[in-house]
Amino acid sequence: MSDSEQPVSLNSYIRLCAVVFAVVLCTTGLMIGTSFAHIGGDTWTLKVALILAIAVVNAFLVAGYLMHLLSEKKLVYTVLIFTVIFAIGLVGLTMAAMNDFPPGTATH
Amino acid sequence: METTVQQFPPFREGAADHSHASHDDHGHGEHAEPNFWQKYIFSTDHKVIGIQYGFMSLCFMLFGFFLMLLMRWQIAHPGVPVPVFGPILERILGQPAAGGSISPELYNSFGAMHGTIMVFLGVVPLAFAAFGNYVVPLMIGAPDMCFPRINMASFHAFFLGGVVMLVSFFIPGGAAQAGWTSYSPLATTIATNGQAFWLVGMVLLITSSLLGAVNFIATIIQLRAPGMTWMRLPWFVWAQFVTAFILLLAFPPLEAAGVLQLMDNLAGTSFFLPTGLAVGGQLADRSGGGSPLLWQHLFWFLGHPEVYVLILPAMGIVCEVIANNTRKPIWGYKSLVYSVLAVGFLSFIVWAHHMYLTGMGQKIATFFQATTMMISVPSVIILTCMFLSLWGGAIRINTPMLFALGFLPMFGIGGLTGLPLGLAACDLYLHDTYYIIAHFHYVVAPGTIFALFAGVYFWYPKMTGRKMNEFWGRVHFWCSFAFMNIVFMPMFVQGIKGMLRRMSDGGVNYSAARVPNAIDALPGSAMQMNGIILWAAVCLGIAQIPFIINLFWSISHGEKVGTNPWRATTLDWQTPTPPPHGNFTHEPHVAHGPYEYSAPGAAADFTPQDAPADKPTTAH
Amino acid sequence: MDIPYTIKNRPDTGLYNAKLGVWLFLASEVMLFGGLFSAYILLRVGAPTGTWPHGWLDVRLGTVNTLLLALSAITTLLAWASCKVREFGKFKFFHACTILLALTFLGIKSYEYHDKLVHYEIQLNNGKIADGHLVEKSADFNLAKKTGSVTLHGHEVETHAELMDLRSEEAKKAVHAELIIPASEIKHMENYGPRHNTFTAIYFTLTGLHALHILGGTLVIFYFWGPGRKMWQTEPERFTNRIEVSGLFWHFVDLVWIFLFPVLYLT
Repeated sequence: MSDSEQPVSLNSYIRLCAVVFAVVLCTTGLMIGTSFAHIGGDTWTLKVALILAIAVVNAFLVAGYLMHLLSEKKLVYTVLIFTVIFAIGLVGLTMAAMNDFPPGTATH
Repeated sequence: METTVQQFPPFREGAADHSHASHDDHGHGEHAEPNFWQKYIFSTDHKVIGIQYGFMSLCFMLFGFFLMLLMRWQIAHPGVPVPVFGPILERILGQPAAGGSISPELYNSFGAMHGTIMVFLGVVPLAFAAFGNYVVPLMIGAPDMCFPRINMASFHAFFLGGVVMLVSFFIPGGAAQAGWTSYSPLATTIATNGQAFWLVGMVLLITSSLLGAVNFIATIIQLRAPGMTWMRLPWFVWAQFVTAFILLLAFPPLEAAGVLQLMDNLAGTSFFLPTGLAVGGQLADRSGGGSPLLWQHLFWFLGHPEVYVLILPAMGIVCEVIANNTRKPIWGYKSLVYSVLAVGFLSFIVWAHHMYLTGMGQKIATFFQATTMMISVPSVIILTCMFLSLWGGAIRINTPMLFALGFLPMFGIGGLTGLPLGLAACDLYLHDTYYIIAHFHYVVAPGTIFALFAGVYFWYPKMTGRKMNEFWGRVHFWCSFAFMNIVFMPMFVQGIKGMLRRMSDGGVNYSAARVPNAIDALPGSAMQMNGIILWAAVCLGIAQIPFIINLFWSISHGEKVGTNPWRATTLDWQTPTPPPHGNFTHEPHVAHGPYEYSAPGAAADFTPQDAPADKPTTAH
Repeated sequence: MDIPYTIKNRPDTGLYNAKLGVWLFLASEVMLFGGLFSAYILLRVGAPTGTWPHGWLDVRLGTVNTLLLALSAITTLLAWASCKVREFGKFKFFHACTILLALTFLGIKSYEYHDKLVHYEIQLNNGKIADGHLVEKSADFNLAKKTGSVTLHGHEVETHAELMDLRSEEAKKAVHAELIIPASEIKHMENYGPRHNTFTAIYFTLTGLHALHILGGTLVIFYFWGPGRKMWQTEPERFTNRIEVSGLFWHFVDLVWIFLFPVLYLT
């Protein structure tokens, strides 16, 4: 067990969970509100960016507190940092390659 | 962190407290007499699993080699019935092998399955899973792998994957025909369920690799014996460590792609099928809107790191064999470690150099050319360190060393001929020719497979307590070395002359005899090489017979040897032979680096890693 | 022979084996879903204007499912915390909640799948398109023989494009009624299954794989809750570790849904 040396109480966890769930409720509501609001005119780009930004907050809560990543060991961070770099490389370079054409190529 | 020796609690913590309760988790050793099934089929012992992997993968490699012989016959003598095996083929496979000759469809499935079997069922399981499983826990002084039951599950997933691949030969329409790269939309539009079998098989094999990779990384990080610091790890373990990370992070995108292609094939989706796709002159009944290039990106995101999965464990084996037989420390251990880490990292961002021909723009092509040139630097450092290790050594020549020495120039040829392929301008011409075939086979066939042979000859005494026959080992080496080169060297020439790969007639339709005045016709000399290659390949097959006999004969008849016949330093040779359950009879406490050969002032010309540190070091 | 660090942390890494193992596994899962999300992005960005659907999924059901998973993530954490403070009864209660929440999630998900599979788009011979949920097929309905008829609860539109954005003002004005369509008028009939277009394809694939993860996680949690709980008697610390590790996986599955919900339901 990782932190058996520090005293734990169930109530402290319940308090943490109550806060996390309250925030999740708010962020979910905010996402839905953004989705149905009239933002950014006819294109979805701005809305998608806003909604995903809120989703990242949500994900941060789950990863940081529920998965207690914020108090995790250096080794786990190292593994995850490389994973994130490669995941960004996969998505980013694929996107870049798909949008880079030789001169004179007709695109839709 | 690298050089400090940490204070560890007793190695086997709490053994007395919970030994009664841990039976269900890794219940080996404590039980009285395991029966046959427990001992050989459902074993959780890393050594048994290593041997299971080794045996299976050698069988698969032999099978893949046999497929290749049939293809070479077809290339050299298109449409002529295969001698000896033709009637058997016709009886087993029916229509595709009508008259004992190989139809183009059958040639395509042989090609696809040869690649798949050699890569995913042959070399990776042998280099990574077999040697890794057997040797890594021994080398780091661990009693077993971290998760023994997951280790067993990994082997069973591999076995099932292999079965699914083999079964696909016998379904109507035959095995997958779209090449080992399975490019869409071809992989979806060919009317056979072989592709679905291929994908299910791949998902199983990927699952097996993922379970193995998690296990290896956790084992190397968590189970190193006291005193086994990172910079005291044998380089083989470093190579396996990086390989495991590559498998862990590069394979899942292919698993994702496999699931998407499976949906395309079975559920009728269009992930990789473009709008307006026509099949056989008819508009396909698909929604369209997909992207064939996406498959290539996801495939090569695994596909290129996979090359390093094939080569790094092989380099690790060569490193151990060379250090042991030159009787001196490996040259530039730290450069080797940093190079292998750099190779591992860079291998994730070079993949699109396989795709220059897909209409890629210059910005992205430049990026991938740059990273491709960059990755050759650490690779060359690794090779150079091994060459320099030979300098000034009192080299012992034995079979493992011969294969290791054979690896160096062969991998050199394979690597250097890859440079032109990493540059878009040359690649556009050489792409999809026999030049490519020659290039990557030099890397994996006389390269990796020679290193794997070296590993088999090297660790055989640890597994069985007997050495393999030296004379027949040398016969095996020299014949393999000669015929490998006769097989693959002409392919460079054929490729440069413009012979395309994947043609079931071996280029007859493009030959100068058929179209004499065409400027791109293949000259007769290029066509004649097909015959030379065929017979060299047959001889190469015959040259493996001494190895196969030697492998089995030596189990009971080989020269009996002690626990450390090569007088090696690493921990794998400091245990009884064959190692018992739990591997070590004493708790290894590591006090030396991995390659302390011929240390000045030492009693012997090698100092085992767990030898007591006689002189207090002045580092403190 | 016992393997070290199955319970206690290794001093230099600060982790026990299984915890490192599960984080490595989750790293590979990140790459798996990374590959799938890159497919989603490419399909969406590559879709010609007006061909990517909006509002095809029921936001209410998606929201309920989001909250169910969030709650189950919390009960999972509390189950682990109960083990840490050695209150086995509370552990049983919290993980019972987790399992029930997970099963409800899967139930709602299957209802949504069913709703898509009985939703038909029918191209008529007169060039119009009938779109709606299947009410019934007549007993002699046969598309090939052109006999019988099919009843939809839906509406007719002039072009396929009108069906793409159900959030638009025009789409909201559509009046849905029972339509009886004879087989002889049907040119092409297709449900909103995976093959309908790239959106339904990626929707079914992503949520299907996610549902498989939910199913796997539920089985594991059920095992520890049911037959596997006897380890609590002998090795409570090790059992607690198992609950932590399975909880990490469960939270990751929740994490994936946190992104699936907005990209599929809200945008």
